[in-house]
Amino acid sequence: MSIWIAKDTRVIVQGITGGQGRFHTEQMLSYGTKVTGGVTPGKGGTECLSLPVFDTVREAREKVGADASVIFVPPRFAASSIMEAVDAGIPLIVCITEGIPVQDMMTVKRYMEGKHSRLIGPNCPGLITPDGCKIGILPGSICKKGHVGVISRSGTLTYEAVDQLTKLGIGQSTAVGIGGDPIRGTGFTDVLKAFEEDPDTLAVVMIGEIGGSGEEEAAEWIKANMKKPVAAFIAGRTAPPGRRMGHAGAITSGNTGTAEGKIAALRSCGAVVAETPDRIGEALLMAAKRAGILEELRR
Amino acid sequence: MNIHEYQASNLFREYGIPVPEGYLAETPEEAREASKMLGGRCVIKAQIHSGGRGKAGGVKLASDPDEAARLAEGLLGSVLVTKQTGNKGKTVRKLFVTECADIEREFYFSITMDNREECPVFIFSSDGGTEIEELAKTAPEKIGRMHIDPVFGLMDYQLRYMLDRMDIEKDIRDRITDIALRAYRLFREKDCSLVEINPLIADRNGNVTAVDAKINFDDNALFRHPDIRLLRDELEEEEREREAGRYDLNYIQLDGDIACMVNGAGLAMATMDIIKAFGGSPANFLDVGGSATKEKIEGAFRILLSDPNVKGIFVNIFGGIMKCDIIAGGIVDAAKSTSIGVPLVVRLTGTHEEEGKKILAGSGLAIIPAEDLADGARKICRLVEEARK
Repeated sequence: MSIWIAKDTRVIVQGITGGQGRFHTEQMLSYGTKVTGGVTPGKGGTECLSLPVFDTVREAREKVGADASVIFVPPRFAASSIMEAVDAGIPLIVCITEGIPVQDMMTVKRYMEGKHSRLIGPNCPGLITPDGCKIGILPGSICKKGHVGVISRSGTLTYEAVDQLTKLGIGQSTAVGIGGDPIRGTGFTDVLKAFEEDPDTLAVVMIGEIGGSGEEEAAEWIKANMKKPVAAFIAGRTAPPGRRMGHAGAITSGNTGTAEGKIAALRSCGAVVAETPDRIGEALLMAAKRAGILEELRR
Repeated sequence: MNIHEYQASNLFREYGIPVPEGYLAETPEEAREASKMLGGRCVIKAQIHSGGRGKAGGVKLASDPDEAARLAEGLLGSVLVTKQTGNKGKTVRKLFVTECADIEREFYFSITMDNREECPVFIFSSDGGTEIEELAKTAPEKIGRMHIDPVFGLMDYQLRYMLDRMDIEKDIRDRITDIALRAYRLFREKDCSLVEINPLIADRNGNVTAVDAKINFDDNALFRHPDIRLLRDELEEEEREREAGRYDLNYIQLDGDIACMVNGAGLAMATMDIIKAFGGSPANFLDVGGSATKEKIEGAFRILLSDPNVKGIFVNIFGGIMKCDIIAGGIVDAAKSTSIGVPLVVRLTGTHEEEGKKILAGSGLAIIPAEDLADGARKICRLVEEARK
């Protein structure tokens, strides 16, 4: 089991004929993801990597079937691509694109109200269920099938966390990168809820960073609802205040969004917070030990 | 992206928001001319990308053209240290010379993004002039906040709800409403992240004027605003940060001596954190992005090495799908062409990791390989500690 995606998830790729789209479609196929086709307006009727290309998401869904769509289109067209996928009724939409204007995302989120699609990202690495399905750009080679759920706002820091777990012999149920933008589809709390409900996930690693209040809200949710152990790391303790650290959402203002505040919030809800980024795996071991599930995690 | 007050004031004028008459001056002579055109008495305001200019001595009152020229001479070329600039301060290169306002009342006015609510928010206080952060602490009840539905926009009834319960005359309330609707149109049409007027003032005759103007834009939306891109003042940016922009690198200058080159913003922040935790001090934040080509890595090395404080470099790349042998080749080429004279520790993980390590080892360069994040951070901290002695 896992959350949201599994071996039989059918995926279409929006922007399949672009450089990034094509490269990562190949990677997804070789990982075993069931990619059924792609969408590039104006290239309908052609093929890419032996997959059919359609002009619209709706047509792709009707002809080849899609449970999920992954978006690799340039930032200026990305908001409309997300809305097209929502309109076509795609249940899970993963937007990899970085650099979408904030006001475009604001419109997208408003548009999605009352609709039935889940959006992950934008500006995210996607998600992976080891040995089952990968949607996005995460490197499958470092993952191992298991029982730890991973959530992160950062791409490469997700890889770092997953790599540490794998090297400790701890596998993952699903790893989800929720993205570094200030306005995003799925937040920490949504993923935590899904992991709490997933019988195959026994513990969770959560990687946050400065800016916003998603980590604090997640901490409140954990305190009230979460029974599974949580380990965490927050990046950006040494970031200068008021500067945007690469990610559009990674900025502190006044006393809000600081690493210290987030760490304190997570500790107060019982999470084990790693002091430094090299000890994320150890933090998880400690959290699992406390909960008495270390042996189950190694299975 | 930030712009200067005089540029923001021009945009306000374009959108029909009342602003004082004013002129840009880059020399004392131009300030004298501006003062003449304004009838002598005028305000001279230093144009730097920072708040708190008044308190730092960047805003002066002149009573005639001669005094305007004299004050301008003192301000131009001077360094203003405000609470937002850091100790280094910012050099004043431009002045905005405006007519004096006859201030009866001051208001705080802004429109910004509320990321948590995922929509714009209008913030207003009948008690302006001071900083809003201060007011939020001392008298939060004096601040009104109104969320704006992105589909329907700011509605006049919303403004009535907010303003009617404040102690403001009807005429002035109507003018504020008009300004708010115009400012919101500007906010949406130009992809602003902030439109702030502090203070918005009312004079004895009930005229309402924006005597300050601050606008920030969403960098991600600049592609569709060529007019706004032209307003960028490169001299306001730190030299190395400007250079990094040319290579499409994300660089932020810090004051330590260990340079970092990392792929991914989160890992780059985490790398700074671990260096600090191991007793070192990072010289910068640098994210080379997902597609670290040879050109980018070369550019990154050049920028890092141009910082005279740098005593060592830590390259931390989690390749993921990027192939480590290709990255290693890029590092070796770049290191050769930029002749690095300080210790260089490289941590490389991901696809084709072993081949990558072989390339580094066989390069003939003094590259110190690291097994993982902690090993790399420990090594660079120790080497730089030795270099400091």
